[in-house]
Amino acid sequence: MSRRWLYVAVEIAVPVAVFALIWVWSAGSDVYYYPPLEDVLTTFKDTWVFERFGSDVAPSMLRLFVGYFIAVGVGVGVGVALGLSPVLRRIAAPIVEFLRAIPAPALLPFALLVLGVGNSSKVFVIAFVCLWPILLNAIDGVSGVDPTLVDTGRVYRIPARDRLMKVVLPAAAPQIFAGMRTSLSLALILMVISEMVASSNGIGYFVLQSQRSFAIPEMWSGIILLGILGYLFNAVFLLLERRVLAWHRGARAGSE
Amino acid sequence: MLKVTNLRKVYGSGEGATEAIADLSFEVDKGEFVCIVGPSGAGKTTLLKTVSGLMAPTAGEIELAGQKVVGPPEQMALVFQDYSRSLYPWMKVGENVAFPLRRKKMSKAERKHVVEHAVESVGLAAAIDKYPWQLSGGMQQRVAIARGLAYQPEVLLMDEPFASVDAQTRADLEDLVLSVRHEYGVTVLFVTHDIDESVYMGDRVVILTARPARVQEVLAVNLPRPRDQVETKELPEFAHLRAHVYRAIKGGQAAGADSEGVAVDAGAATGADARRQDEAKLAG
Repeated sequence: MSRRWLYVAVEIAVPVAVFALIWVWSAGSDVYYYPPLEDVLTTFKDTWVFERFGSDVAPSMLRLFVGYFIAVGVGVGVGVALGLSPVLRRIAAPIVEFLRAIPAPALLPFALLVLGVGNSSKVFVIAFVCLWPILLNAIDGVSGVDPTLVDTGRVYRIPARDRLMKVVLPAAAPQIFAGMRTSLSLALILMVISEMVASSNGIGYFVLQSQRSFAIPEMWSGIILLGILGYLFNAVFLLLERRVLAWHRGARAGSE
Repeated sequence: MLKVTNLRKVYGSGEGATEAIADLSFEVDKGEFVCIVGPSGAGKTTLLKTVSGLMAPTAGEIELAGQKVVGPPEQMALVFQDYSRSLYPWMKVGENVAFPLRRKKMSKAERKHVVEHAVESVGLAAAIDKYPWQLSGGMQQRVAIARGLAYQPEVLLMDEPFASVDAQTRADLEDLVLSVRHEYGVTVLFVTHDIDESVYMGDRVVILTARPARVQEVLAVNLPRPRDQVETKELPEFAHLRAHVYRAIKGGQAAGADSEGVAVDAGAATGADARRQDEAKLAG
């Protein structure tokens, strides 16, 4: 018990200490590229609460989530189909392996050309990158469902639809969620990259634009915002996963 | 009730083909408890998978109540050996038991009653809102049995259901199955590799040869019912029968020449004999 509290205390104390250290260390900084943390935070407040929230954060979030959810839909849908059919899996394997090997930023020029400089090209790149972890995990999860679970459903004449929705999908859910979590952090990365090329708003655009106009505290405030967003996304996702997959945690703990 | 005729099952084809079942024929009458016992790897699970319609036989036929089995029949339930892989961990006990009933034509209240009754009859009323993984292995297998019973099958197939629980729990579960099958009036085909269990549980014991499986012998078990873990196993007939099965399995075909003769009419018992004895028992 006391050991656990120690861990919790350390978990809180270390970030606070690091924060304090940077604060003190950068306080009197006159190095142009490393402004005092205090200045950065003041800029952060002036910029993001909520001056540029509507103009940059909102479009960024829109692109991120639309791209991400397209990837979830396609990834789970196609992944389940491929997971169920060994023949389809065979046929699709080389194509999937090739496509996912393409570094997505390389597709940006193409996307800009075909989809224009608006939201669609950014959404496309985000969705493209997020697709693979979800797709591959869904394929693995579905094809790896214990045959006894499926046989049980067949013996009790559970209709194919219910066998899919209430047996195969829940059984594959832990792995599908693992893929979705990986993709969520990829979505943030690709959002930034796509906004640094041919964009007129968004957090990524703001960071690059600040650097170009030598607004260094602004640049740092954007980077910090991205860090906070990534952290929050992951925390919210974990919370959700814990709720949806409570049985999985319990079952795993039970079998140990 | 259940009729298996010249069943044959070969896995794969060409050079790599393995014959799991060579030629099996036997019958199970309505209300009967038939045990299938055979050496490890004799193709017992293959047999149940074909009988339950999960797998198509290579040759031969399975008939349930006069109808050829081509897929899992409605009047049949199967309890798997590995409860941890056959219960759904994301469903509570009650939900697991209720899940196969979704397609049955019954009212909500009726379904609830059927589920509660089944869970109660395996002694798990208090655990109906727990998840399977919160229960011990023996309790989980009880849930699987309750699910089979709630489905109200005419034939209940059991595939080495107690192979992964400890000895004490095993004895409890054996007695549980014997009592609920009376309550539910269900015909049971019970596969096991445990010789004592097959004799203790069954009205008849079908002894298989080693792989590829054939019927080596069908043995009538005329031990009085209700059976009792202590009293039944104390009976000299029990000892003789189990010795007989043991020799048959260990000695392979040679066991047919078993000359001790004391094993009741075991050596001579055929399906027809056993049925007559059952009828006599029912009448008496």
